[in-house]
Amino acid sequence: MDVLALTPWDDWSIFIQLCVNGVTLGSVYALIALGYSMVYGILKMLNFAHGDVYMIGSFLGYFMLTSGLDGPMNLAVPIWLALTLVLLVAMLGAGLLGVAIERFAYRPLRNAPRIAPLISALGVSFFLQNSALLLFGANFRTYDAFTLDGGVLFTKGIFEAWGKDDAIALNLPLLNMLVIGGAIVLMILLTLLVARTRLGKAMRATAFDREAAAMMGINPDRVIMATFFIGSALAGAAGVMVGMLFGQVYHFMGFLAGLKGFTAAVVGGIGSIPGAMLGGLLIGMIEAFSTGYLPEGSKFQDFYVFILLIAVMLFRPTGLLGRADIAKV
Amino acid sequence: MPDEPPIERRPQESERPEYPDAAQRPRVGVDTWVAEHGERVQRGPLRRAAERVPGWARLLAFVAVAAVFPIAVDDEYLQRVGVDTLIFMLLAVGLNVVVGYAGLLDLGYIAFFGFGAYTYAIVSSDKYDYHWPAEATIPFILVVTAALGLLLGLPSRRLLGDYLAIVTLFFGQLFVTITNNSTDVKLPFMDRARDLTGGPNGITDLDPIDFAGVELNSVPRYFWFALALFVLVVVALHFVNESRTGRAWRALREDPLAAEAMTMPVNRLKLLAFAFGAAVAGVTGAIFASLQTAVFPQSFDVSLLIILYAMVILGGTGSLAGVALGAIVVNVLLEGLTNTDDTLPVVGETPPRLLFYGLVAVGLALIVRPWRWLAVAAAATIAFGFAARLVAEQWWERGTAGRPSQAGRIGDLVDGWLLFPRDPVDIGNYAFVALIASVLVLTLLRRPWRWIALAPVLYLAAFVWENRLIQEPSVTRFILLGAILVGLMASRPQGLFGTARVEIA
Repeated sequence: MDVLALTPWDDWSIFIQLCVNGVTLGSVYALIALGYSMVYGILKMLNFAHGDVYMIGSFLGYFMLTSGLDGPMNLAVPIWLALTLVLLVAMLGAGLLGVAIERFAYRPLRNAPRIAPLISALGVSFFLQNSALLLFGANFRTYDAFTLDGGVLFTKGIFEAWGKDDAIALNLPLLNMLVIGGAIVLMILLTLLVARTRLGKAMRATAFDREAAAMMGINPDRVIMATFFIGSALAGAAGVMVGMLFGQVYHFMGFLAGLKGFTAAVVGGIGSIPGAMLGGLLIGMIEAFSTGYLPEGSKFQDFYVFILLIAVMLFRPTGLLGRADIAKV
Repeated sequence: MPDEPPIERRPQESERPEYPDAAQRPRVGVDTWVAEHGERVQRGPLRRAAERVPGWARLLAFVAVAAVFPIAVDDEYLQRVGVDTLIFMLLAVGLNVVVGYAGLLDLGYIAFFGFGAYTYAIVSSDKYDYHWPAEATIPFILVVTAALGLLLGLPSRRLLGDYLAIVTLFFGQLFVTITNNSTDVKLPFMDRARDLTGGPNGITDLDPIDFAGVELNSVPRYFWFALALFVLVVVALHFVNESRTGRAWRALREDPLAAEAMTMPVNRLKLLAFAFGAAVAGVTGAIFASLQTAVFPQSFDVSLLIILYAMVILGGTGSLAGVALGAIVVNVLLEGLTNTDDTLPVVGETPPRLLFYGLVAVGLALIVRPWRWLAVAAAATIAFGFAARLVAEQWWERGTAGRPSQAGRIGDLVDGWLLFPRDPVDIGNYAFVALIASVLVLTLLRRPWRWIALAPVLYLAAFVWENRLIQEPSVTRFILLGAILVGLMASRPQGLFGTARVEIA
């Protein structure tokens, strides 16, 4: 491909295609980033094991969706119900894993030097990654052994699936739409939870000042536990979605996704929930557009995301929607 | 250890804490570092004697022992392990400058190591047809990697610790991505697409280092070269640490805000620490590249980073001797856990088994007091095993159909009471998950139940090890390393040889 071979003006259908890819990827990154951001908001610590929770979530989804299925799936329940159930169970599993990690690896270190929980998180991440390698093997597990709902979900575009393929010559896969839709629903639920419920209020209070919150009768341990559960459940959901989207899961997938989720959280302003969503979307878009429009973009997407990270760090160190923390001495 | 400072004594379960929030309170005034320097801590006679030996004597003793190692050990594999250990020690003391002295969480450290290795590969191979003499290459790499460290530090200098971690982690990943993908690259300033780094195939056929007329053409020579470099680096870093800059770094680590208020040039100090660490890593990378005679992107991935952090943390950040010792311990452990071929002469057992049971025993010895209970626990485990075996012989024929997968004395010992199912992979996997869950639950149980549950959990651990983990040594060692890191942080966050610091909020 020649340098800067394309501009959006050359081919608008490619532009729209890239937009769809970017939004899909971005909503997945946003889901991962939310977990980082929420945990950081409350504990002021980076949970390096978050990416591996996402990986475990995608394995859970994979095993549930492929167990005993080869060939076109014939379910007693409708496909949307099956997918919702799988998503919910994977979220539950990932959430419980997150709670366990918090309880056993981070809680003993609440008052340790700041570096201790970070190292512990690296250890947990390493442990989970290699345990997955032991349990599931080094091979990529692929979804291609089965085709959900007669293959509609994986191969056919959304207009095709609805019988209107002449409407526009675009491949908007139904699966992408499902992922975007699912992510939006989850994010709305999360926003409502944080803004409207007692638990959300307690979370905000704990994030603002843990000691003061404890004095007001909030149990910080329970709030932290809930935060980890919700954040990890979102990562688990993202894992299931990505597994289906790319058709494969493997033990090392958590690292890169975690890194991107991380970057998304930082770019958006770590600790801020809308910031995480914005950051995730931004990074997804950059990755998608770099494959189309930037020199050697399909190989060096990471590089362009890194440039964005550096730029944000230089010009707005608190992130796009983050607020500056004023240190009190 | 009766001479432990008061901060490390865990409260007994039977004792009620003085305040309901005792665990949450900052423990002002019981800081080990403060206590030691106020000489309020009584050390045991052995440790006091060890501390009386000055640093240069310790280094000299180490060099004396290490220098004869390649002569005394006439085995290429062991010599190679020795060189690797030295390389890790160099990397660890370099990382210690950034993490231990200046307290910056640099997760892109491996990229500097890789950058040094790739720079060496570029200037001393047929790929670009440069064959620089090592006298020029090594200073060049020193300068270039230090400059790269400064460059990476520049955008990070405004950042707080956590942001720095992300930028550097991403940078480390970026290094792997770029070296992996630069096979057919056409950048705007180039006339045609070129292969820059060889991609996953790397750059091969590198020249050996030819330094001051001595060609490093054998493993022992590399060993001595690395040893000389190690001594040089350690001495230099020691003096840096004792200097004004070193004190400033420590002040920065303890409290960046206060350091800044004392008019210390915080940004410049951070950059300097980055540059120092990067330079050490770069030169080590050159040795590594030349020793391997090739460089590949996958040598510089994130698992190496975690191994390095394990070394620095295990040894105790901030102490040169500690991190060097940590590097030795971790590397020997990792090598030993994969070496399943040889049976050690005296004990008649393979290294992985010895190490595993040794680790379990040491872990128990650290937790269980008094130690006579250890014998009880072992006896209870074996008794439990015989009972399980009896039951299995009646009801579960498959459970006793297998055999220990490796010969050796411990293998013979466990054969009598451990279950060895036929086709143990699936059962072993389930048992592994059950083991993790039960170890976690064990830490939650209270006194009598904890004792009662200990024997079955130990039995399960032995079962998982003999049936599953021993088959996958290269994975198992990383699982163990991760578990050790988490366990160490929970029990002794300052590392084995470090001193505890309490952050006062």
